[in-house]
Amino acid sequence: MSFWNDPLKVAADWLEGVFMGWGMNSVLSHVLVAFLGVLLLITVLMVLDIFLVWIERKVVARFQDRLGPNRVGPFGLIQPFADIIKLIIKEDTTPGDADKVVYNLAPILSMMSVLILWAVVPLAPVILGTDLNVGVLYLIAAGAIGTLSIIMAGWASNNKFALIGGFRQVAVMVSFEIPMLTMLMIPTIFSGSMNMNAIIQSQNVWFFIISPLGALIFLIAAIAELGRAPFDLAEGESELVSGFNIEYSGMKFGMFYAGELLHAFTFGGFWAILFFGGYRFFGLEQVSPFLAVLIMILKAMVGYWVIMWVKYTMMRIRIDQMLSFNWKFLTPLAFVLLLVTALMNALLAGAPTWLYVLGMFLANVVTGWIALELARSATRQEREKLEGAKPVVEAHH
Amino acid sequence: MVPLSWYLLLAAALFGIGLFGVLVRRNAVAILLGVELMLNAVNINLVSFWRYSDVLSMTGQVFAVIVFAVAAAEVSVGLALVISVYRRRNTVIADELDLLKW
Amino acid sequence: MTAQQIIFLIVALFTLGSALMVVTTRNLVHAALWLVSTLFGVAVVYALLNANFIAVVQVVVYIGAIAILFIFAVMLTRKDMRDSGPQMNKNWWLGALVAVFVFAGLAFLLQSWNGVSATAAALPSGFDAISLLGDALVSPDAYVLPFEVASVLLLAALVGAVYVAFNKK
Repeated sequence: MSFWNDPLKVAADWLEGVFMGWGMNSVLSHVLVAFLGVLLLITVLMVLDIFLVWIERKVVARFQDRLGPNRVGPFGLIQPFADIIKLIIKEDTTPGDADKVVYNLAPILSMMSVLILWAVVPLAPVILGTDLNVGVLYLIAAGAIGTLSIIMAGWASNNKFALIGGFRQVAVMVSFEIPMLTMLMIPTIFSGSMNMNAIIQSQNVWFFIISPLGALIFLIAAIAELGRAPFDLAEGESELVSGFNIEYSGMKFGMFYAGELLHAFTFGGFWAILFFGGYRFFGLEQVSPFLAVLIMILKAMVGYWVIMWVKYTMMRIRIDQMLSFNWKFLTPLAFVLLLVTALMNALLAGAPTWLYVLGMFLANVVTGWIALELARSATRQEREKLEGAKPVVEAHH
Repeated sequence: MVPLSWYLLLAAALFGIGLFGVLVRRNAVAILLGVELMLNAVNINLVSFWRYSDVLSMTGQVFAVIVFAVAAAEVSVGLALVISVYRRRNTVIADELDLLKW
Repeated sequence: MTAQQIIFLIVALFTLGSALMVVTTRNLVHAALWLVSTLFGVAVVYALLNANFIAVVQVVVYIGAIAILFIFAVMLTRKDMRDSGPQMNKNWWLGALVAVFVFAGLAFLLQSWNGVSATAAALPSGFDAISLLGDALVSPDAYVLPFEVASVLLLAALVGAVYVAFNKK
């Protein structure tokens, strides 16, 4: 077993040997090495986070036909560092009647809820934090802490806009958690495991091809969970002057902002893991774990780019529209899709791969089509009720 | 290895604290908080009995899962009642909800 | 003392301390937040007991749903953000006495039971608690009936909660 095949284990064994050579007992050195591993992962993520700011600004500029940051450093690469220095030297204000402890705890929890997600992200078959056998549920559990941080920020700021923003965001997150959790069950059904690594290993055919509708619903629920446009009504600038984080300044605001960017990137990664084969790409991942990490990061970037694409092309929708979209359309559709998938999985249990993939794909397409037709007729009725029946003008081209 | 008694004592202490909360708090929401502590104490017992007896029979974990469901049901109905009472009487202090104590 | 015992003691102290704060804090939002930290401690206790699934479900259900519901309820049932008046009733010492007696009684019962100092056997190799739990929950000769009854209970609670809290126009 050489360093190039299993770098983490070799490095950990070597470090443990060094620590034990210093006279520590094995338990302590093991804990210390695990702690150093966590520190390394978080450091890498935070450095990546700095560049995510730059990527986000560059991409939004392209979408809006601008250049984006291009003055500080080559391609504006130093710009995020300038931003961070600005955030750090800004005055750190706390509202007079704020609940100090809760107010200061909220940004930390927000960042933490994103960072702990990376404990279960397999960057390569051997490079991963922990091989948790409930990895899929862990995703939702970490989201629960994020929800908590937002309601804490909204309440502790002692500001009505912050409180309304917090309430909205929590209502959204709690309700969109349901279709998300339901869609997480679809890779679980296909792979027969809730372990992230096992889910990736069983994707000889990408789950996106087997269940495109599932991937789409997961993406929508993930965007809502992130609180990004078109679901960013928690921080609707025009009505709530940025919502739950209105009272935060300096690096505390920076924590929320960086947490949001990293969260989006992380969900891009989870989208890739659950539906696009994670670190697998035509057997390239077996060449070297480092190549697998590269593939994983690239796929996560593509997922992140899709989330940005949605963010910068869609307009914000109203809170009641959003919640009724979830409860009246997305959640029932997710449940129906789960039932159809489970049923088809049982029916096609012994079928050859091509038949299984084709059957699942068709089942997804048919489910999606029926759902869209139902939604179309329901919205038409709604519109006729509001505006009165109009003669349908057929467009002939 | 941690002996079973530690877990059981932790659960008993948690149960006692929850009971104290239920008995002395005046706010109805706070009383429900105490009930949650007691349910958690029960769950610690169930899971530790699962771990310390035959791990292949999942009875303890199954009952813990069912306690989760019951807790969720209890909280949703309980808090709905509290909110409904608050709308009618404008208070959630348990002592002041005395319409039946004439 | 082994590492696991030290971890257990830290977690137990954290859990019990948070639980005490839940029942004694004046500010109810703080009490709900202390409940979150208690629940988190209990989740760690489950993890120490090798019950991964229960630990994660504890965080998802209790912190993600129940604690959030509590915080909402506290915020919705207050006339203002300040607390006024005593948070405990005047017989609080009686309640404390009952609680202490219950704890003492339980501790006495535990101490007189001979299985109390049992230590856990090592988990069998290849032990997969989740698939065993899944089988137990849905197999007809195990717990499918309680499971279904629990789901009906949840549905009834859902309908009941909506009906009770619905603001009739």
